[in-house]
Amino acid sequence: MSQLSLAVELAGLGLRNPTMNAAGVLGMSSYQLKRLYESGAGAVVTKSLGRQPRNGHPNPTIVFVEGGVINSMGLPNPSAEYFRDEIKRLKAENIPVVASFFAASIEDFTYLASILTDAGADALEINCSCPNVGREKCMLEADRESLEKVTKAVREASSLPVFVKLTPNVANIVEGAKIAEENGADGITAVNTLKALAVDIDLRKPILSNIIGGLSGPALKPVALRCVWELFENIEIPIIGCGGVSYWRDAVEFLLCGASAIQIGTALMDHGVELFKEVNEGIRRYLEENGFRGVKDIVGLAHET
Amino acid sequence: MRREVHRVVKVEEVKQEAKDVFTLYFKDNFCSSASPGQFIMVWIPGVDEIPMSLSTINQKGVSSITVRSVGEATRILCETKVGEKIGVRGPFGNGFTLKGSKPVLVGGGTGVPALYPLASKMLISGIKPSFILGARNAEQLLFKDRLQEILDDLIISTDDGSLGFKGYASECLGRLILEKKCDSIYTCGPEQMIVSIFKEAERRNIFVQASLERYVKCAVGLCGSCGIGPFRVCKDGPVFDSISLRAVMNELGFKKMDPSGRLIPVEK
Repeated sequence: MSQLSLAVELAGLGLRNPTMNAAGVLGMSSYQLKRLYESGAGAVVTKSLGRQPRNGHPNPTIVFVEGGVINSMGLPNPSAEYFRDEIKRLKAENIPVVASFFAASIEDFTYLASILTDAGADALEINCSCPNVGREKCMLEADRESLEKVTKAVREASSLPVFVKLTPNVANIVEGAKIAEENGADGITAVNTLKALAVDIDLRKPILSNIIGGLSGPALKPVALRCVWELFENIEIPIIGCGGVSYWRDAVEFLLCGASAIQIGTALMDHGVELFKEVNEGIRRYLEENGFRGVKDIVGLAHET
Repeated sequence: MRREVHRVVKVEEVKQEAKDVFTLYFKDNFCSSASPGQFIMVWIPGVDEIPMSLSTINQKGVSSITVRSVGEATRILCETKVGEKIGVRGPFGNGFTLKGSKPVLVGGGTGVPALYPLASKMLISGIKPSFILGARNAEQLLFKDRLQEILDDLIISTDDGSLGFKGYASECLGRLILEKKCDSIYTCGPEQMIVSIFKEAERRNIFVQASLERYVKCAVGLCGSCGIGPFRVCKDGPVFDSISLRAVMNELGFKKMDPSGRLIPVEK
């Protein structure tokens, strides 16, 4: 008997399975991304790329807390220009690449979208929700007007599928998603990290050099699931679920809540890159045992009454 | 609690090793159960957090790091007084694996202290290693007394010949391999030294484990800042064996990731 296929179609992209790495996780070079693909990821997501090379914040840039980690890497990246060759290397091996990027102006968003498109990326993911950099560095999606302009500009600059990654640090996530959808986004990645802080009682100081960072890992999962649920009820474009996927069951939960694909980040720390294979095998088993024919059958299934 | 969580430890003792090199001793349960070759992240509040190999592991509950003052963070660490506090998390990485019955350890400069716990562990396991202790000159030799105390076969090598063999530790190694018929090499030190040693070992078909250094941010294999080829120094390393070293020869000794992720030249 042939194995059940996990292939999905995501905003026109054909992927062998619905898993990817979350932006910022092991996306610093084509070598690292290739390793993730070889470990079973359906597509790979680059580090968020900017116009200039950035070193990010001074260390400590990560701190471990109950249920996850808080990071304030501060968008270190070698620049989109530098990464063009890395993307070309991945494309030479037919690896599906989602290029994540951020900018400080509409002009830069347009520029970056066009060079990443030219480099051969399969899709773009707009990071307009990093909690770790000030407004001057990054347009935050809490600002409706910027989100509208950014999405529109990227849409016009590129023919690729455009995903907009949203922050959970808002009262109403649907609002931003609708703006992105109305302005031509092909998908929503939900969610980025949740603003958080850790303090040391002996030294009586915040641990992260940036003081505030973003929480990821198991503690974020219920928040992310809630966001995916609300988005599925309110928008038509596909959702990529992200936040605390550590086991195959978590991935199935995201699919049931309405995600068409999922991204994995923090859990790679404990489970290694082999996690992609485990999650995919788990999803396949679940589909087979429950009589489903493919991933699509369970997307949003928990919403049905 | 997990070893990844930050702890604040009190410095119990400080020992000056050379003009600009100091060993800081502290007690920490996770460090006490570390493997030789593993590293910790040391937090200097308001300044930085840097990777440091453990230079002592669990001598009556005490562990240590050995620091050369090369920048702001290391300078502040070197000025730390007994009773003051530093932050630590870890240990991280893979550490060395005991292999071979006639090993030789080759340490250069501040790479030497990371091999001290390995030499101790070998002795406990009944293996008597040879040890090449290298430095620029006699004043820069680290851990000479401590190594002499536990080892029968300690060979000193200085670039300027101010003590022991005159020349690079890698040259000294070539002679030693012939004399002693060594069957495995463990090394830590400057990258160009490691490259020379690895090439020497490859010519003679001897298995190597080398501890490498890169800029580290997360230390848990997530961010990719310490990449070398397909590997992460923090998680797949810091110890790499011959098979992995062969896979990164296009970078080792030539290129390394800077904090932004660009490959820049390695110091010659």
